[in-house]
Amino acid sequence: MNRAVIDLWVGIFVAIGLGALVFLAFKVGNLGSVSSSDSYELSAKFDNIGGLKIRAPVKCAGVVIGRVSDIKLDPEDNRLAVVTMKVDSRYKFPRDTFATINTSGLLGEQYLGFDVGGEPDLLKAGDTIKKTQSAVVLEKLISQFMFSKASEAPTPAPAK
Amino acid sequence: MLDGVARVLRMLGGNVVDRIWRLGYASRFLFSVFMLSGTAFGRFQLTIREIYFSGVLSLVIIAVSGLFVGMVLGLQGYDTLQRYGSSEALGVLVSLSLVRELGPVVAGLLFASRAGSAMTAEIGLMKTTEQLSAMEMMAVNPVARVVAPRFWAGVISMPLLAALFSALGVFGGYLVGVVLIGVDNGAFWSQMQAAVDFREDVLNGVIKSVVFGVAVSWIAVFEGFDAVPTAEGVSGATTRTVVTSSLAILALDFVLTAFMFRGV
Amino acid sequence: MATQNLVELRNVVFAYDKARPVLKGIDMAIPRGRVVAIMGGSGCGKTTTMRLIGGQLKASSGEVIVDGESVSRLDERALYALRRRMGMLFQFGALFTDMSVFDNVAFQMREHTDLPQALINDLVMMKLNAVGLRGAAELMPSELSGGMARRVALARAIALDPLLMMYDEPFAGLDPISLGVIGQLIRKLNDALGATSIIVTHDVQESLQIVDYIYFVSEGRIVAEGSPAEIRASRDPWVHQFVWAEADGPVPFQFPSPPYAQDLLGAAHA
Repeated sequence: MNRAVIDLWVGIFVAIGLGALVFLAFKVGNLGSVSSSDSYELSAKFDNIGGLKIRAPVKCAGVVIGRVSDIKLDPEDNRLAVVTMKVDSRYKFPRDTFATINTSGLLGEQYLGFDVGGEPDLLKAGDTIKKTQSAVVLEKLISQFMFSKASEAPTPAPAK
Repeated sequence: MLDGVARVLRMLGGNVVDRIWRLGYASRFLFSVFMLSGTAFGRFQLTIREIYFSGVLSLVIIAVSGLFVGMVLGLQGYDTLQRYGSSEALGVLVSLSLVRELGPVVAGLLFASRAGSAMTAEIGLMKTTEQLSAMEMMAVNPVARVVAPRFWAGVISMPLLAALFSALGVFGGYLVGVVLIGVDNGAFWSQMQAAVDFREDVLNGVIKSVVFGVAVSWIAVFEGFDAVPTAEGVSGATTRTVVTSSLAILALDFVLTAFMFRGV
Repeated sequence: MATQNLVELRNVVFAYDKARPVLKGIDMAIPRGRVVAIMGGSGCGKTTTMRLIGGQLKASSGEVIVDGESVSRLDERALYALRRRMGMLFQFGALFTDMSVFDNVAFQMREHTDLPQALINDLVMMKLNAVGLRGAAELMPSELSGGMARRVALARAIALDPLLMMYDEPFAGLDPISLGVIGQLIRKLNDALGATSIIVTHDVQESLQIVDYIYFVSEGRIVAEGSPAEIRASRDPWVHQFVWAEADGPVPFQFPSPPYAQDLLGAAHA
């Protein structure tokens, strides 16, 4: 086998392999969409984060604008959870933006949603979002519903 | 009776000691391969030649298998997902299972049986026909000249082959899911991109394939170099390469997965 | 500076395992410029002797001295340096099957020297010409006959003009014509290169014609030595049996075994 032919084939092979890697990185993976290099960090405090996980998407009007990077209990007030997220620096939000924990579909994954407010001041890197709404925990909702039904139930009885 | 038990125990013990001794010997061999890798990189032409044999010649089997595995995943995944009304998640299912697990593992198994066995057989035959001995007598270290380039070629080829396997698998899933069944094209790709993280999934898959590449190449060159220089010896060594490296891949896969994807 | 003897073995003992030594005290002196044969039956330790000289095995005790250096005491670097001055022809040639004839002969030149391509080309052609196979330069080893492969291997072994040539069974499995050709080549190359040659063989008639001195090895010891004329005239029963190829004599036909009657009656395997 000629040396030049071998070189050519190995060249093709390496090119195909690297091409496949690039495909995996950009087309299959998220390297193309949100890169960690040009993003800024925000945090928000919640009473209950439900099933929110690290790497969960942060969405605004349905568009993914960032990812949750860290979740921990507030060191000062351990009734609250602190969620840190990295947001693409192309997008800026007013200070009174409302952060909610939503669920995609009835049983789908949970994500952080932004409802944009109207203040002129914008959120800067490291800021904490003040206005938050915690996750809707389905079990709580159901039990609340059942308890309220249960407490309602006896009332019609005396009316009989 | 007691004699029989003693004999069984002695045999088991001897077996274990033998294995451990062999592992130590193989580790020492790997160390000397590392120490003698100067030639493999200094004269990279030697390694390129071996990449041709271990990488380029494995292209077809890896490509075809990847495509088919992806297509099967597409069919099976669609069948399951549509019961829960989430057939758009097909892309996620196909890509995650390929990038994290099937790509590195199946490509590794194929690589072991295609390229690893060839490596063992070649080195074993060179030993049998005294080519290694002749090289030694010509003042050329066969570990540096024959073993190290093959080892590094395997380590370089394996991640590229695994990436190709995964990429073609995703393409196969796309063919079946989007083109054949008619899952929405946009949802297929966007959900995939939203769910597959570069560092957590793609990069970890690549790390796995590098580890498998080292393991398979190590086992292959060691078995070849250590083969008993007879026809039976070489065929036995070739079989051992395939069996040992397949088991090693599966065991390493478990360990690596446990480390990488914990808690996420 | 150069001593009279290129290779000396002093009371060399070698054993793979302690219980059964392969060599039990060998003394040899091989003067420069000579062609010396080491003969003996199969498995008598003659190939082991050659591997000791080449440094592929280390003597259990005793000393192997090549060109003034004690082989078993050299570290790897020095041993490799010494081997550059040695050439070895393996029993079946041991050509690199993944390279052409040309590349096989050029192998050592490319590995050990920085000679320009044109010079390597000339040198390879010279070596191939010496063995009469210049026309086969572009063939692969699998396309050669046994005798041709042996000659290519010979050209490869002399590629760097070694001081010491070693031949491991150079005559085994060759037809009479190739056998004669190889024999003549060994002698001619030795004299032309001013080298020293050691031939390990059991082919008595062929080697008697070309060598200067012969050692007979049996069961790890030297049993006889002498020039070809002395060997031919020898009355030693062992030498006589070997030279004239008699089936039975001091070297028994039977492998050591229990009494025949015992095996026949099945007592041994009961």
